[in-house]
Amino acid sequence: MTQITIIGGGVAGLCVARSLRDRSADVRVFDRHGALGPHACSWWAGGMLAPFCEGESAEEPVVRLGQEAADWWDAKTHAVNRCGTLVISLTRDKAELIRFGRRTSNFETISGADIDALEPDLAGRFNTGLLFKDEAHLSPRLALNHLRDGLIADGVTFETADADPEVYARGGLTVDCRGFQARDKINDLRGVKGEMLILSCKDVTLNRPVRLLHPRISLYVVPRGDGIFMLGATMIESSQKSHVTARSLLELLSAAYALNPAFGEAEVLEIGVDARPAFPDNLPRIRRNGNLIRANGLFRHGFLLAPAMARMVAEMIFDNTRPEMMDETSA
Amino acid sequence: MRDFYGTTLTTGLMLGTAQYPSPAVMMDAFKRSAASVATVSLRRESGQDRAGQDFWAIIRDLNVHVLPNTAGCHSVKEAVTTAHMAREVFDTKWIKLEVIGEEDTLQPDVFGLVEAARILSEDGFNVFPYTTEDLVVADKLLNVGCEVLMPWGAPIGSGLGLNNPYGLRSMRAHFPDVPLVIDAGLGLPSQAAQAMEMGFDAVLLNTAVAKAGDPAAMAEAFAGAVHAGQLAAKADPMEPRDMAAPSTPILGKAFLI
Repeated sequence: MTQITIIGGGVAGLCVARSLRDRSADVRVFDRHGALGPHACSWWAGGMLAPFCEGESAEEPVVRLGQEAADWWDAKTHAVNRCGTLVISLTRDKAELIRFGRRTSNFETISGADIDALEPDLAGRFNTGLLFKDEAHLSPRLALNHLRDGLIADGVTFETADADPEVYARGGLTVDCRGFQARDKINDLRGVKGEMLILSCKDVTLNRPVRLLHPRISLYVVPRGDGIFMLGATMIESSQKSHVTARSLLELLSAAYALNPAFGEAEVLEIGVDARPAFPDNLPRIRRNGNLIRANGLFRHGFLLAPAMARMVAEMIFDNTRPEMMDETSA
Repeated sequence: MRDFYGTTLTTGLMLGTAQYPSPAVMMDAFKRSAASVATVSLRRESGQDRAGQDFWAIIRDLNVHVLPNTAGCHSVKEAVTTAHMAREVFDTKWIKLEVIGEEDTLQPDVFGLVEAARILSEDGFNVFPYTTEDLVVADKLLNVGCEVLMPWGAPIGSGLGLNNPYGLRSMRAHFPDVPLVIDAGLGLPSQAAQAMEMGFDAVLLNTAVAKAGDPAAMAEAFAGAVHAGQLAAKADPMEPRDMAAPSTPILGKAFLI
């Protein structure tokens, strides 16, 4: 049995571990904090599996490969909600909605009455929207815990260590899935800061992620059930992993308030911030140098693209195929 | 091309670096735009521990003049602080000075602008002030040390084009020797061509390219428009007239057929 070491226990590391274990590899995972936690980007993720919406600004592979995600997560964690995505704008920003529709596919334009029926708590507030009914969402921490539990049950070991992938690669196949933590070894990786909030608001029920388009401040709200909502997320060209600014909070909260003023009464449960690892085209990369494989750059598409990336890592190792996500640079 | 604080630019296009789908798309857009200047807004949070340096390195690699701006600053103090940070980060005296006075239109606070321009000019900065077409404000900006003026075409990001052609024409006529840049509000290449035809020295835009479906193609379209407008201005365009003026002589043409 091939022994493979994975370093990094976020969404990339766990998905790669799952795919390799599914191919009968003997897998161990190192994480500097042992378990999933606030040190990982995926802890703060929105958990939207929305390949078509992302097509608004992302490159084509995100739309195509992202379509694998919902089925993958459903099969591995049974934690997927398939209720679609609703995209709306305030009347004065209708141009944004038109533009969004022009740049995306696989949606239907729906009326105010349709919105009222789908999301009664938005009733009367919006007179048109786009419904991407094939999209899905999940609760990131729940899904990752399911994934981890399943891996442990299948014999994958987890160890707490700030392991150096180059050292482990001397002993055997090693996959570096450390995200932005690997910046010192990957020159063209940069951080894109994201800030988010988790709110508790018993007065609002939403059945699916809602994206509110705005020329300056775009917001998405992902329902996590039981009156819990994730609000996200800023996108700032910065590698800062701390320091949530008042401006960002104001922007996120005022956008949520515009969606439904009842959010004004919400309790703020968590404020999160992290730096998403990204390459210049915001697409992920798999790079290899002998026994060392680096899988990185999931940007804001961790849950959306990690399944495809994990599949490609497994195919590269076991079928000797050259992954689509591979470029000319050596790991 | 006119001189911008001692620097002659190769083209009359200045392009912003915000809002692109990715840095790779931005790099393509710059290549095809032949822009001579890249504007970059500096968030104070990114400057504090140089957390923005990976992105700044990408901008330096564009190999064009970098014009940092104070976008989003609402007070003189904020703008001055940001300008100092920008000078340190990009090692340039150039600063595009924005002092925003109104949140909805992002209209410049011209009082704060003149004050900040005075402070920064005294401090050795080369100030590119984002202003309106108001001649009195323009005059005051020149008096406090600005050698370039950047009047708006229309509100930032609106894509409305040249909102007040009369005001802009009169600004051009009033300050024939000052480098003037149309900054903000351009949505289409034809609007950039119009500005250049009117004799402006450059145009500065961001959203029109960054938010286009194909930013690189739109960048190239703007490059063509700026070039066309500039050429036309130099070629001394004809004056419009009310009557038809046939381009071939009609005298002697047979009329009894």
